[in-house]
Amino acid sequence: MSVDPSVRDSILAAVPSLRAFAISLCGNVDRADDLVQETMLRALANIDSFQPGTNMSAWLFTILRNHFRSEYRKRRREVEDADGRYSDTLRSQPEQTGRVEFEEFREALSKLPQDQREALILVGASGFSYEEAAKICECAIGTIKSRVNRARTRLSELLSIDNADDFGPDVTTRAVLTGNDRY
Amino acid sequence: MQAEHSSHKRDARIGKEVQSKIGQQLRALYDDVVSQGVPDRFADLLNRLDAGMADKGTRE
Repeated sequence: MSVDPSVRDSILAAVPSLRAFAISLCGNVDRADDLVQETMLRALANIDSFQPGTNMSAWLFTILRNHFRSEYRKRRREVEDADGRYSDTLRSQPEQTGRVEFEEFREALSKLPQDQREALILVGASGFSYEEAAKICECAIGTIKSRVNRARTRLSELLSIDNADDFGPDVTTRAVLTGNDRY
Repeated sequence: MQAEHSSHKRDARIGKEVQSKIGQQLRALYDDVVSQGVPDRFADLLNRLDAGMADKGTRE
């Protein structure tokens, strides 16, 4: 099997974002990396179905999301409290999922319903448009918008912020990191 | 009624600030992972696939 150099470069370029997406979906670095690896293998095996000129990153995100959801369904059949396990995983492994300073936010994020969490991440962190996020999640644009809104409302309730200044470090250093240019 | 109105206005303003903080925190969490770059295992995987070695099940 030989890998087209441009495909190889596109896939590698997407890996950091795919990992960030996967970690925020499943809450565990090792499992996230397995998801990313499986996504790469599936992408290469199905590279003929990728339409050149379209967004490779969005295509890879779609594969990863579908794979995650089928795994999740499988696991939920095996273990009733998959949601509880997800939260526990997040709580017990802060050093694996990122820095401790994100702990409170990460825990709040873990309490969102999966549909809302993934919509919020795709739009609010991955830099996808509502339209792209809707394609990735195979739903209507309005559905994505409403999931994102509900996610934001729920997060602010969970974090019960009554003074925005109380909330989180690192604000200024992140201000430049907005936009879609990382794709 | 007036008091209620201005309190709604204040809620809306605070809401906007909170949303902006949530957005920043979300990106901070995400970008923390993005900044880790591409772990070796993924570049190695592509190299092995390219070299036709993946089928032999070679793993690090």
